[in-house]
Amino acid sequence: MSSAKRVLLFGGIGLALLGMTYGLWYAVFAEHQALDGIGTSLANSFSAAAHGDQARSSQTMEQYREAKYRYDRQVDAHGHWIGLAMVLIVLGIGFDGVHFSARQRLVLAWLLLSGAVLFPLGVLLQTVSHGSGPRVLAVLGSALLIVSLGAAVAGFLRRPAAA
Amino acid sequence: MAAPDALVSTSDPGESQWFAPFSAQRLLVLTGLGMILAGMIFGDIFAVFILHQNASRVGRSLTSAANAALGGDVAGVNSSFAGVGQFLENRGTKVDTHVHLIGYGFLGMMLAIVQPWIALSEQAQRRLAWLFVAGGVVLPIGVFLIHYVGLAYSPLSAIGWASIVADAGGALVMIATAGYLYGLAKHFRTSKRPPIHDPLLSTQTTSTRLLLAGGLLLVLLGFLHGAYYAGADLYPHEAADYHLLSQMSAGAAAQNRAQVDQALADYGQLQGEKAVNIAAHAHFAEFGILAMLLGLFQPYVSLREVWKRRWAAVLLLGSALLPVCVLLEIKFGLLAGGLADLGGLLVIVAGLGMWIGILRYTGSLDVATVRSQ
Repeated sequence: MSSAKRVLLFGGIGLALLGMTYGLWYAVFAEHQALDGIGTSLANSFSAAAHGDQARSSQTMEQYREAKYRYDRQVDAHGHWIGLAMVLIVLGIGFDGVHFSARQRLVLAWLLLSGAVLFPLGVLLQTVSHGSGPRVLAVLGSALLIVSLGAAVAGFLRRPAAA
Repeated sequence: MAAPDALVSTSDPGESQWFAPFSAQRLLVLTGLGMILAGMIFGDIFAVFILHQNASRVGRSLTSAANAALGGDVAGVNSSFAGVGQFLENRGTKVDTHVHLIGYGFLGMMLAIVQPWIALSEQAQRRLAWLFVAGGVVLPIGVFLIHYVGLAYSPLSAIGWASIVADAGGALVMIATAGYLYGLAKHFRTSKRPPIHDPLLSTQTTSTRLLLAGGLLLVLLGFLHGAYYAGADLYPHEAADYHLLSQMSAGAAAQNRAQVDQALADYGQLQGEKAVNIAAHAHFAEFGILAMLLGLFQPYVSLREVWKRRWAAVLLLGSALLPVCVLLEIKFGLLAGGLADLGGLLVIVAGLGMWIGILRYTGSLDVATVRSQ
């Protein structure tokens, strides 16, 4: 097995395990609380509005916004880690069809794996910090993925070099 | 009509020991692709008959919650939100059924590819494959029934029988996958392992190349669309979601019906925009992975090369048509929706064509086995 294939296959399996472990932890310890928080804050906001209490309504709506912001990113990180892991594994299996040199394929494999790890990590870190660091990380990860996926498509379409 | 032999691809990989009758690889390939097709057919039915109706019910419940708040009716607010919860559960379990059938189908096909590297006895591999198939079928059925069975006769206060059955199905899949992972680790731990030659991975046909490149291109398109959505629309959509709900509750508190009605109308439009963007992104990626997996199995599709290329082209066409038309639904309504459903149908038909091709290959292998005996 070539080094590039090994990076994609073992990296993909590792990433899938990371995504599933995070998903299991999230489902057991955090998701129900998060959904409860979203539903309760929204219902409380409308109940406060029914009482004519605009200040409390706004305050609970702000809680809804924060809870929804966190929930969306936590679910996105889980889904993208596993989805990208599947892409890496399938790509790894068929990577012999990418007609570049062994060295170029190895670089491509590392770029793909780095992007697949960093992009969801950047999304997840946005729940910890609202600053620009996590956003930059997510943009960098997705840029790496876009460039390397484009290169892999070109590699598949390229004619194999004559032996 | 051509003789049956003439229909078989010239790139036939020859007899594969891994694809023998009743082998784990054969079972996982046929049931894996079958699960993907079943999941897609279910998704199409769900989209046509349930999705839109359910979305409008959720919208009506939110409207009645806003109206109850406007009338100072706290009990009405709470009962409307309980209704929203019911409709969301109905929708959520249908989406989960669709997603899990397809996800397990992908996993089954991936497990089929690694069978030659599983250092377990043939019987153990077969048993694990049956365990996987049983779990892969039971979980989606259990999830589908959650909304209808509820907590009837359940021994637990919060989890119903359907959830218990679904979890048991998930456990079977995990046991089977863990078993295969153990077999894989055993293979790589063996210092003097024999070289393995699987014709599946060493035979490259034009349709293989087309599906691998096309599939990866679809994944890339999905990623580009996702990146554009995240960069251009995600934050404005999140801000609008909060702003419109605030407008509703503030309008209700101030007894301003016009403000509440406007916010409700805008909120429905916003949810539609979010839904089509997420669906397009997910379907680009999902169809891309499917095309790549089917590309790897092309050597086992026993059809003439020209037909393999046609099915590959139909699959890629449908895979691009569905997400593009889903995106256009906001502008062009039912026309785009109908074309999106047609795209889904093309993917299903092409997948079925390839599934039949693989079935034909198993038939030709079995005949050869009987003749050699």
